[in-house]
Amino acid sequence: MDLNTFISDPNLLPWLIPVGPLLAFVIISLLTNRSKLIPATSPKYGGHHPDYDGMLVPVVTDLSRVVTIVVGMSGIVAAWLISLRVISLAVGLPDFGHDVLSSSLMWMSTGETGFRMGVLVDPLTAVMLFMVPLACTMIFIYSIGYMANDPRQSRFFSMIALFAGAMLTLVVADNLLLLFIGWEVMGLCSYLLIGFWFEKESAYKAAIKAFMTTRVADMIMLLGIVYLYASVGTLNFRDIMYNPLPAAEGEHVMVVEAEAAATEEAAAEGEHAVVETWASQLGATPALILGGWGVSAASLIGIFIVIGTIGKSAQFPLHVWLPDAMEGPTPVSAMIHAAAMVSAGVYTVIRMYPLLEAGGHPHDGVFTPPLLLMAFVGAFTALFAATIAVAQNDVKKVLAYSTISQLGFMIAALGIGAYIAAAFHLITHAFFKALLFMASGAVIHGMEHGEHHVHAHAHGHEHDEPHLLPAHTAEHEGHADEHHSADIGDEEAEHGHFDPQDMLNMGGLRKTMPVTFITFLIGGLSLAGFPLITAGFWSKDEILADAWYGTTHGFGPHAFVFVLLAIAAFLTAFYTMRQLGLTFWGEPRSEAAKHANLGPGTGVVAIMMTLPLVVLAFFAIFAGFVGVHPDFPILGGLFSGAGNPFHDFVGATLINHPEGIPFNPFPVLVSFAVALGGLAVGWWMYWRVPLQAGQPDPLVSILGPIHTTLRNKYYFDELNDILFVRPSVWFARAVAYEFIDRGIIDGFLHLIARVATWIGDFIKMLNLWLIDGVGDGIPELIARTGIWFRRLQTGRVQQYMLLLALAVILIGIIFALSTGVLQAAP
Amino acid sequence: MAFAGVDVLSFLVFAPAIGALIVLLLPQNKWLARWTALAMASVIAGVAVATFFAYSATGNQMTIQVPWFELLGASWHIGIDGISATMVLLTGILTPLAVLISFEIEDRVNTHMALVLFFTTGCMGVFVAQDLMIFFLFYELSLVPMYFIIDQWGGPNRKYASTKFFIYSLGGSLGMLLATQLIGFTAGTFDIPTLTQVWPSFAGLDGVFLGISVETVKALAFVGFFIAFSIKVPVWPFHTWLPDAHSEAPTAGSMLLAGVMLKLGAYGFIRLVIPLFPDVWVMPIDILGIATTDWAHIFGVLAMLGIVLGAFAAYGQTDLKRLVAYSSVNHMGIVALGIAVTAYVYSHQVLGSVAEGAMNPTQDAIFAANGAVIQMFNHGLSSAGMFLLAGAIYHKTHTRDMKQYGGLWVKAPIYGAIFIFTSMASLGLPGLNGFVGEFLVLRGSWSVFTVLTIISMLGLLFTGAYILKGIRAVLHGPFNMHWRDYNLEIDLREFIAIAPLMVLMVIVGIAPNWLLSVINGTVTRLLGG
Repeated sequence: MDLNTFISDPNLLPWLIPVGPLLAFVIISLLTNRSKLIPATSPKYGGHHPDYDGMLVPVVTDLSRVVTIVVGMSGIVAAWLISLRVISLAVGLPDFGHDVLSSSLMWMSTGETGFRMGVLVDPLTAVMLFMVPLACTMIFIYSIGYMANDPRQSRFFSMIALFAGAMLTLVVADNLLLLFIGWEVMGLCSYLLIGFWFEKESAYKAAIKAFMTTRVADMIMLLGIVYLYASVGTLNFRDIMYNPLPAAEGEHVMVVEAEAAATEEAAAEGEHAVVETWASQLGATPALILGGWGVSAASLIGIFIVIGTIGKSAQFPLHVWLPDAMEGPTPVSAMIHAAAMVSAGVYTVIRMYPLLEAGGHPHDGVFTPPLLLMAFVGAFTALFAATIAVAQNDVKKVLAYSTISQLGFMIAALGIGAYIAAAFHLITHAFFKALLFMASGAVIHGMEHGEHHVHAHAHGHEHDEPHLLPAHTAEHEGHADEHHSADIGDEEAEHGHFDPQDMLNMGGLRKTMPVTFITFLIGGLSLAGFPLITAGFWSKDEILADAWYGTTHGFGPHAFVFVLLAIAAFLTAFYTMRQLGLTFWGEPRSEAAKHANLGPGTGVVAIMMTLPLVVLAFFAIFAGFVGVHPDFPILGGLFSGAGNPFHDFVGATLINHPEGIPFNPFPVLVSFAVALGGLAVGWWMYWRVPLQAGQPDPLVSILGPIHTTLRNKYYFDELNDILFVRPSVWFARAVAYEFIDRGIIDGFLHLIARVATWIGDFIKMLNLWLIDGVGDGIPELIARTGIWFRRLQTGRVQQYMLLLALAVILIGIIFALSTGVLQAAP
Repeated sequence: MAFAGVDVLSFLVFAPAIGALIVLLLPQNKWLARWTALAMASVIAGVAVATFFAYSATGNQMTIQVPWFELLGASWHIGIDGISATMVLLTGILTPLAVLISFEIEDRVNTHMALVLFFTTGCMGVFVAQDLMIFFLFYELSLVPMYFIIDQWGGPNRKYASTKFFIYSLGGSLGMLLATQLIGFTAGTFDIPTLTQVWPSFAGLDGVFLGISVETVKALAFVGFFIAFSIKVPVWPFHTWLPDAHSEAPTAGSMLLAGVMLKLGAYGFIRLVIPLFPDVWVMPIDILGIATTDWAHIFGVLAMLGIVLGAFAAYGQTDLKRLVAYSSVNHMGIVALGIAVTAYVYSHQVLGSVAEGAMNPTQDAIFAANGAVIQMFNHGLSSAGMFLLAGAIYHKTHTRDMKQYGGLWVKAPIYGAIFIFTSMASLGLPGLNGFVGEFLVLRGSWSVFTVLTIISMLGLLFTGAYILKGIRAVLHGPFNMHWRDYNLEIDLREFIAIAPLMVLMVIVGIAPNWLLSVINGTVTRLLGG
């Protein structure tokens, strides 16, 4: 099959989407990542790296930077263009949703059948294909500027290319296994990128934490995949959740038996007479374990998959990795938090929704265990993370917790059956959160620039990149030690522990960074759900509307979700306003803030870093208008004259199109109230009277000890450390290795060895005394009869004979015993 | 199929031994010995690869049967099926790479090279043997060169390690020798295909043989094989020789030991213990009157313990080579789990009884057996790669203590990237080779040994922990200035040796079917799926 076939056949074209970034990864890694060795003290070796005293370190060459950027950009832009082409082809299908673009090939043979790998473009995929490559492209452009001074820029590009490739693989996958491959490769990329500045302790620790926390969930999810595969013999999304069941085969006896029950149930419910799929059938099959408690196979598989998402999308209690993931370069944060990683988690549960829902009808108040799990975890996380975000001073940490909180909105929405609303919020959130992260990155970059400016002026010597973060450690050894520590002392005396991410050091940045301010403001308002004109409002409103609809029917989980999300939305608006106020309003609270900027407005860095902000700001506003409720006053008629476009489009993904809910003004009013209320309180506290330098955050005095708890994230890291990390380390070293392996097993072996040695020595001794004694003794006896006779009188022979007799007796005993043993043998 | 006038399998068995002899007789010239050995190993690798691709369809192929030790009923009967073909391929690939890595040996080069080649003879012999005597002979033969490689060229604690390795393996082999004799004497033949037919249904005269019930004879023979192969795999708790032997062996020795030698044990289970003893595997065993179990379940539990405790023990190491060595316990535990599932289902199938728990037993067993075999191949690639990398850094720094490393990625960017890549293959990252085997085994064991599978996930979790610990200790953190003036980057020679492994890791991970279809053909035939 040549390339032309791929391009001309719409069903094959989706294969090419991830190829661009993946190819870019390979090319950059193998060919264009070229470094030259220069002294570590050189200004070119800047960024977040310690300066190794006089050592030569590899720094990427200028040519490599340019070529790498070209390759990386080509890869992602190719993916973007192909995605657009695929979307247009897909939308052109007569009955898109029922008809899809798909193709697959035999991947591995297992027995007489095999596993097929393939791609699938259905409406849900199409929506993701609109968002992911666009956001990724923006992140790539931004990285050109953000990483321009990093000595390992090429490596960075190869990693984010792999990241994007993996995410696109996940999106176009037609089966859970390929999705899982993309999922895990992204896990690797996030590990590598969070730990990109690998010399920093905080960075590599955060990387390990991210990988391990998500791995806990991934392993459980893998069980779900294995269980699903074992149950139905396929992992293909359409085969499991869309295509009607083939005629019953003899193979899956257990499932087939359950079919009858499922059909009866469906018939009894009448209005929900649905097409039988594997998913609905699994919903009527008792689970392999816990089946006795009324858990269906679909539910158990669903719970496993939801746990996977709880890890990947950083939901309580596996949320701990995400705030620490801020240690990576900011484009990575945008990648993880918006375009790729965490979205993948939510995407997966949206994708698997029919399975999770199988056997339940959330719109009728019938919940399955995985749905309940999602509703409670999601709603709780949304509120929990929002409270923590209120007390953070790090500009990126606030956003990190807001991501956790917003993902909680989506998960909770799915838990109450608001399938469309979850997908909608996923898309709008991706745009405004990517925007916010990149804008915050611009702020940090600006602050670092300002700090450098101040430093250069205050000390009057050129030093291109200041070492803003205390990346030095005293672990360096060897002859350079003394000199180096002196150096560290010097540097720290000059810089102190200035933190360019601390919002308390900022203030007044609107003056020096106007574009960043305006785009940040747009993103922030969208996050806060500023009514009517921002995308965030429409998607969040739809979730609340769904929750309210269930509440009015008296369903507990809906009410729970509605109340918690409403409070969380209020807090979201508040902390957003706080963040905006602390960062941009008032007067600069440090010298660095006074001089913060992105360099000359026409410089590569400034352009590359602000262009994506502007593009994303556009979507942060307008992406919401595709999902306006048709009955919404005025705007509904304007944007959704022929029905809610987003709802109808994405709804076609499911075999049973989800029904829209009637318009109700109450949740809209609540949306208005919480968004505007939160913004107003934030304004009142942080904009009306801006914070002065050295003045503590007014929240500290208001909340008192609660604030300390919040700032310390409810001490969750400490708890994990005590409960899981330390016991594991202790168990591994002390129990598994020292005690079991070295102590018991090796101890036993050594005991055997010692006994064997002892027996060997004993036999050797016998040899010496007995055989050698007799053998050598006889000639000696003859030769030295005279002497022997003389010795006889000394009485030594008695001794000798005694020994001899003893030996004979011993041998006799052994003989007797061994024959006895032989006889006794069975 | 023939090569150089000899049938190709006999060539694969004897060419390395002849090569060893030639290298031994060459003048004591390092350059000559190294390149001669490499040339021979490359020819063997080429023939092995050709053999693998020449193997097609199912069933035993390229069989040769020549009378040999007629008095005993043993004959020179060799041949390969899909499982042996995979193992021959693995052995063939790793041999020249190990020889290439052995270039770093400066002391008694001729002897070292000869031993490496001689070791290949032993392994190839086991993998192609269709006769129990031949199998046993080569099984023992592989032990001797490895003992000398560790004992003569190993690390500081090599005497202890090599003695432990040798005595332990030999101790296991003793039981195996008795079992072999017992079976051969009883059935009157050593021919494995014949035994597979005859032995499971062998009943003696009135169920009594030599005054002992046939059941006991079979159980004794089973235990003999079981312990011998469990030591070799190694199955927990027979594994403690492994960390010592692996960490003290020179790099090439570790590569072959982990890459090929451990497979002898797992291969023995698949080739002999499963087909010969279906009745013993599922014979009820009473535990103090409290519970009843059978050997298949016991083996499954041991496999699970290997996965979990192996991972924990690896996590508890401070010595890089020991960490990698323990990863073998962890990974071979997955192979063992697959074998346990296969044994359980196959035995019930042969006896016509019902394998409890399994939804679709035959299909489950096919998955598990496919997974076990491909995991053997994959572990051969990734463990050899990891030992190569551990050896590469040891060779330059002369320490294996991970606390002495730190931040080496600064000065060794290429080495760092390769290290992470290989570590991820070892970790079982989807998209690379390790995942394929793990997934298949888990899929197979899920409905058969559900609880064991769930507990095993804890082991897989800690696989992540120790792999990341290794990466963190070697590459991350601030650069340890002690190594400021050392060249830490990977050598070209080492790079050439690991490149084929990396290519295979990607290929098997992305498109496993060229390998899996061969394995699957045989597995499906054996299990009648």
